[in-house]
Amino acid sequence: MIEGLLGRKIGMTQVFGASGEVVPVTVLEVGPCIVTQVRTSERDGYEAVQLGYREVTAKRLTKPERGHLAGAGRLLRYLREFAADRVDEHHVGDVVRADLFRAGQLIDVTGTSKGRGFQGVVRRHGFSGGPRTHGQSDRHRAPGSIGAGTTPGRVWKNTRMAGRMGNRRVTVQNLQVVEVLVDRNLLLVRGSVPGAKNGLVMVRRAVRAR
Amino acid sequence: MSQQIIAEIASRQMKAKVPEFRVGDTVRIGVRVVEGSRERVQEFEGVTIRKRGDGINLNFTVRRVASHGVGVERTFLLHAPRLESITVVRRGKVRRARLFYLRGLTGKAARIKERR
Repeated sequence: MIEGLLGRKIGMTQVFGASGEVVPVTVLEVGPCIVTQVRTSERDGYEAVQLGYREVTAKRLTKPERGHLAGAGRLLRYLREFAADRVDEHHVGDVVRADLFRAGQLIDVTGTSKGRGFQGVVRRHGFSGGPRTHGQSDRHRAPGSIGAGTTPGRVWKNTRMAGRMGNRRVTVQNLQVVEVLVDRNLLLVRGSVPGAKNGLVMVRRAVRAR
Repeated sequence: MSQQIIAEIASRQMKAKVPEFRVGDTVRIGVRVVEGSRERVQEFEGVTIRKRGDGINLNFTVRRVASHGVGVERTFLLHAPRLESITVVRRGKVRRARLFYLRGLTGKAARIKERR
């Protein structure tokens, strides 16, 4: 069994649960993924399966990429490695589908969060900003103190300041699979998932499932 | 493509047939209520004062004046499975999309003309 799949985010909607309550869901298209390489402990020092997702035309890939995918027989845009408990079961060219998951299961979803650009400290780190009144000027969204005085005489590393927000790898753990539509490779996941629509997501079985 | 998939998943959850009704219409709603272990249908009748959202997320608010002149407003999700039935009792002629002005009116002033 491979621990996960590649896919893309379709968008969000809602479904009704067993007792008629509204369940917010994210629709993900997972797979079909193609095994593009198998890593074995003898050759690579670890065991994993490399999966490819999303077929593209030849001009989208470089010559080395096309050469790497020759064995799989398909041209694929995204390649990622996933752990697998029995790598010898998998061969280059195999197709992995959404039936890897079942309803009720907990999964972790990894994606690239939406880029927010250069944001101040209030939006980026949730700072409160300064007082609105009492004679304040230009302090409404200021970060406040960024450190002590002569000792240490510098600003600590990793002090939270303004800067680029979003557009980084984010994993959301323990999302519940509400429904699996195997024939269409669709997964309905309870709650939200990082990233924009059509963004690449990695869906894996939950590592910290309760 | 993505929007089509979303629309399709939403439409699977939607009721096949819902009566057409507008803001200003008096409707009778059958709501499934669970009391302990048994389930029954409770009725709620009043004037539709608001409709919002679309598709699966369409909800509407019904206002009725209960005993002692207390106004009761309930909001329903049109496609919710708990919403058993909707019947249009009377069609009203109104000139606004939201009838919040009814909250400040009582008795004869709160009447709505019938639409024919």
